[in-house]
Amino acid sequence: MKRRKERIDRGIKARSEDIFALSSYREMLYLLIPRAIPVVGLLGVAPFLSAYWQEVFISTAVYALLAISWDMLISAGLVSLGQSLFYGIGSYMAGALNYYWGWSPLFTMPAATIGGGLLCTVILLPVLRLRGIYFAMVTLVLPLMLMRLVEATRILGGTEGLTGLTPFPNPLMSLYVIQIVLLMALFGFRRIISSDYGLIVRGINDNDRSVMSAGINIYWTKTQVLFLGASVSSFAGAFGTHIDMFAGMPGFALDYAIMPVASAVVGGMGTFAGPMIGAFILVPLSELLRALGALRIVFYGLFLVIFVVGLPEGLFPYMQRKYHQFERWVYVE
Amino acid sequence: MLLGTLTYGLINSCILALVALGFNLTFGISGVANFAYGAVYIFSGFLTWILMNSLGFPYLLSVIISILCAGSVGLLMYYLIILRVKGLSLSEVMATFGLGLAIMELFRYFDFVGFRYNLPVFFDGSVAIGDVYIDYQRLIIALIAVGLTLGLYLFTHHTKIGLAFRAIAQDERTALTFGIDSDRIGALSMAFGAGLAAIAAIVILPLGTIAVEGGYEVLINALAVCIVGGLGSTVGILVASVLIGYAQTFTANYLEPHWMMLVSLIAIAVVLVVKPSGLFSHQKELEERI
Repeated sequence: MKRRKERIDRGIKARSEDIFALSSYREMLYLLIPRAIPVVGLLGVAPFLSAYWQEVFISTAVYALLAISWDMLISAGLVSLGQSLFYGIGSYMAGALNYYWGWSPLFTMPAATIGGGLLCTVILLPVLRLRGIYFAMVTLVLPLMLMRLVEATRILGGTEGLTGLTPFPNPLMSLYVIQIVLLMALFGFRRIISSDYGLIVRGINDNDRSVMSAGINIYWTKTQVLFLGASVSSFAGAFGTHIDMFAGMPGFALDYAIMPVASAVVGGMGTFAGPMIGAFILVPLSELLRALGALRIVFYGLFLVIFVVGLPEGLFPYMQRKYHQFERWVYVE
Repeated sequence: MLLGTLTYGLINSCILALVALGFNLTFGISGVANFAYGAVYIFSGFLTWILMNSLGFPYLLSVIISILCAGSVGLLMYYLIILRVKGLSLSEVMATFGLGLAIMELFRYFDFVGFRYNLPVFFDGSVAIGDVYIDYQRLIIALIAVGLTLGLYLFTHHTKIGLAFRAIAQDERTALTFGIDSDRIGALSMAFGAGLAAIAAIVILPLGTIAVEGGYEVLINALAVCIVGGLGSTVGILVASVLIGYAQTFTANYLEPHWMMLVSLIAIAVVLVVKPSGLFSHQKELEERI
């Protein structure tokens, strides 16, 4: 009996990258395992961590959400250097609702998600026609501007911020809330981007003018994508606010702008899973390096440079390619 | 009061022009938005301080060394990083931004924070013009800003390298057929931009202390001037620095100093919305918006 090697994915790919013809449990497992890793990894591992690492886990998940929503924006060619804008607005909105009117987190978070998404979309609507680096510069400047505005006008608590907000009833609940939202965002966005609607979104990134000439209103599509991305980030902001029990100027800080970009660059842009992996590498790493103080940011910066120059495709596409190249032995008939 | 505001507004405009010259030069020639510009500025300030106070070098020598070092940082940055991602503007921005962040935060890590980090003024004392007192350093800043602008004009119009700079900026392919090496010119433009940042730092920093935050502010101011004036246009940055300079000074005098940075940020946002290529730019509209 002679044997030869065979690629597993060749046999089950029917027509494209995401339509499969499965004929055995092993082939199903082959597809299922990579998709089960994030679910099992998040839901299974998190409750067993120590209290300190649970906190780290939560902040990692917040950054992962920001990174995933950054990735949604980049899929439509919107380069955002200001995820902190969305984070800050979400956090201030939830914070203000809680601080002034005493709403419970149960209501502030959905309100801030929708409201923050709408507000950010309206703010960025005039610049939606800008491309590439020009859009990036506007988004970089806006959060800094809002930060100075809060500082100068002393609205919403000024430099002090809004303190003493309502926390979550127990840490385990906050852990599950953020995990479920993260998984929903990850799989939801991956679903959207591989649908026909996602085809338009990706088309806008590749060649906007040819999408226009197909009779599609790209500004409306961009607005929708912006709303999606902004509301997910605003949720992250609202969630983070109730975790910290504080809403203030740090919400617009550069941290929230750089980490998502760095995560996406490390993990691989346009894949959603990539930025999440990136966040789950970078944030815990930076926690481990906390003792080094400002040196952490030095590491982010260098990571960004090394990955942009050295591995521009990112970790996830690399791993995905390797996984697809797995081979098995089959008997030659 | 008004005369004083007008004079200080002019000085502020000169500072802005000085800060923006280098950024503009690099972008205008090689098309690279050097987001590590503020970091180079801070780097040369601290380097001069270290050379003078820790190693005991004379002032003039440390100034020359730090300008040369800043230039070589620019050159290395081009060959090691930019050349590999050339043309991908997002990657260029992220790589230079990351590097700038790393450099600036490294200084914060080594605890370069405090009032003792300052550079000496060229001459002490002040002079009265009418009833406005101005210290010599601010006059020197104005002189150097004017001098550098003139010098750059002469350099780009009457020297061989300067002409090559403009050739690459105007049409890279045609310039290549004339035997101009676009990589070499790009690297040189980056080195020159970084060197100009160092000169700006050495002239401007004596007015205050050297602080890491200053790097971010310099980057934002340079961006504001270049965006308002039009990236790559020299006339544009002169007009824009006068506009923003006076706007900042008037805001600081009649409203509150807090609002000063807000002026640059608002200027960036408004110009990007209304006319993204800036007031005096030659860029094509289709490249920036659809």
